[in-house]
Amino acid sequence: MTDDTKVLDLIAQQDYEYGFVSDIESDTFAVGLSEDVIHRIVDRKCEPKFMLEWRLKAYRHWLTLQEPRWANLRFKPIDYQGISYYSSPKSMKDRPKSLDEVDPKLLETYRKLGIPLHEQQKLAGVAVDAIFDSVSVATTFKDQLAKAGVIFCPFSEALKEYPELIKQYLGTVVPYRDNFFAALNAAVFSDGSFVYIPKGVHCPMELSTYFRINAANTGQFERTLIIAEEGSYVSYLEGCTAPMRDENQLHAAVVELIALDHAQIKYATVQNWYLGDEQGRGGIYNFVTKRGVCRGAYSKIAWTQVETGSAITWKYPSVILRGDHSVGEFYSVALTRHYQQADTGTKMVHLGNHTRSHIMSKGISAGHGQNTYRGLVRVAPNAVGVRNYTQCDSMLIGDQCAAYTFPCIECKQQAHLEHEASIAKIGEEQLFYCQQRGLDSENAIAMMVNGFCKPVFDKLPMEFAVEAFKLLEVSLEGAVG
Amino acid sequence: MLEIRDLTVAIDGESTPILKGLNLSINSGKVHAIMGPNGSGKSTLSHVLAGHTGYSVLQGSIQFMGQDLLVLAPEERAILGIFLAFQYPVAIPGINNMYFLKEACNRIRQGRHEKSLDAVDFLAQVRTHLKQIGLDESFLKRSLNDGFSGGEKKSNEILQMLMLQPKLAILDETDSGLDIDALQAISKVINQQRTPQRSWLLVTHYQRLLSYIQPDYVHILYKGRIVKTGDHNLALRLEKEGYGWLQAEATHTVEGHD
Repeated sequence: MTDDTKVLDLIAQQDYEYGFVSDIESDTFAVGLSEDVIHRIVDRKCEPKFMLEWRLKAYRHWLTLQEPRWANLRFKPIDYQGISYYSSPKSMKDRPKSLDEVDPKLLETYRKLGIPLHEQQKLAGVAVDAIFDSVSVATTFKDQLAKAGVIFCPFSEALKEYPELIKQYLGTVVPYRDNFFAALNAAVFSDGSFVYIPKGVHCPMELSTYFRINAANTGQFERTLIIAEEGSYVSYLEGCTAPMRDENQLHAAVVELIALDHAQIKYATVQNWYLGDEQGRGGIYNFVTKRGVCRGAYSKIAWTQVETGSAITWKYPSVILRGDHSVGEFYSVALTRHYQQADTGTKMVHLGNHTRSHIMSKGISAGHGQNTYRGLVRVAPNAVGVRNYTQCDSMLIGDQCAAYTFPCIECKQQAHLEHEASIAKIGEEQLFYCQQRGLDSENAIAMMVNGFCKPVFDKLPMEFAVEAFKLLEVSLEGAVG
Repeated sequence: MLEIRDLTVAIDGESTPILKGLNLSINSGKVHAIMGPNGSGKSTLSHVLAGHTGYSVLQGSIQFMGQDLLVLAPEERAILGIFLAFQYPVAIPGINNMYFLKEACNRIRQGRHEKSLDAVDFLAQVRTHLKQIGLDESFLKRSLNDGFSGGEKKSNEILQMLMLQPKLAILDETDSGLDIDALQAISKVINQQRTPQRSWLLVTHYQRLLSYIQPDYVHILYKGRIVKTGDHNLALRLEKEGYGWLQAEATHTVEGHD
């Protein structure tokens, strides 16, 4: 084996640094799913009655559905009766009023994750909601946000404080009938984040949610709902990590975004769930439904995602462009290594006139990773002046990995649609070329990967772009030298 | 500057050598041309000098500026001042040409303990060199060698060379794929870059390049060894007569070095 192939192997084998387990007493439901479990979730969270009805409808619908198998993913059947559908740290039974009351072990966990939970980190200028297993444990900067009229709180709290808003919007973008995992999420989701930006308000800081799965044998089902009223603006970031475990754990989240006239929502994800070991054991199954609707004219929704974790990723953040002149964007970097499989992409549904969308997907496969881009651009028959630009690039590192793209265009009206695609292979010849120009092989790979991802990273909020760069570098750099 | 002794090289994993006891000395400031029929080992020689891992050196030595080149990694050789203009530069889609050039430039400068170029100085230098080669600035915005014509790829190699300022520039068939105008432009640049400190190894099939760039020595590489050394006239003779006459002379080989 030459040095270059060693480097190619090593970069695919970087350790996962968030794999620790926090020893925290938790209150976890016995495994299994039934109407009884749903009743108990609703009871535990003291939810309003409409929620129970909605959840039960979702559950009954879910029972009629089959787990989707159309994606370019191979995984063992999921035993839905072998999962616990609710787990919360025990000390959280009476939710803490301030961070001082938060279990120090939890705070320690977030400190290890590098998440600014503590008020003293105000300088970071980011408001954080932290979700640990099934419940939200702390939300920072609530007062400051409240002054601006912004609501940013755990979903469970929003159900108590703003039931009318929830009732009005919940399930309007992703109905429980949407798909198998959306139905499951609607039936059992336990928490998540809720954001409401009133008319004309420019949210004064970045909002951020960090998700952490800790308990074994539990699934995580969170739900995020963001409503941006007329002329408002919000930028939101979510991050995710989980311990290393030999068994697979299920994560099935739903995110709904609603942008009214002239409103703008930027939603960024840095997904770093545990990916499994180099033999492909363990890792999170990440089945997520994310969708936004540009309801109003001149509204804009932008998804940015950096997907580096999970054994399985199944996720297509989409935008329904209903308002005239609305804009949808999707910027994605998906990295698969070890035996990770990702089937990800977006849907841009152009219903309104003069709607525009921009898709930029960058897939990187290393090790035995499998990376699939799946995209749909649909132009409705009565939508005029539609434009879409899609760029879909893949990078292969080594010769055991694979990249696939399934772009789909459905156009029933004259529209301006562009699609560009490229595949780059980093093999020994590319590495040698870079080395001849003075870059060692680690630098060369970091340079090529960063250069490849830069157009997407540029779309992340500044402080997270740096994080994303580091994350990819840590994931890809070998232990050479 | 460069001293190759008894160099015997095979493709990694194979036993039949391609280079069979090659000897060559290059002094500072000299231009050496290497000519030879297809399969004689010209590209192998350039690759081995640059440190390609696909070959194994079975015998012999290479000294460059007093250092044993064979123990050095390709990037260390680059930092020492060896530059290879590739015959077939690889494309790396998605990597911006300018981004790559700046990375390479600053890595090499760091390795030579020189100050990194800031964006302004870098751009100023690149612009000057682009003009010299006759390239448009939009050239920098494209992906590295991706979708480049043969001539553009070769021009890009020369652009990199100008930025990296090597001590030994190995040009592996840089002239093939260039039209007359581009060939003249690049030859002019190379002539401007001839300094007493810089040596050149021009690998070529055609005498034409050598009428633009006057070589100090012309070597004929044949079946893995340098069988004849002369001046520009040797290249002219090759163009007239081809390589056939070498067959007859091959029995009493002349080792070429200066």
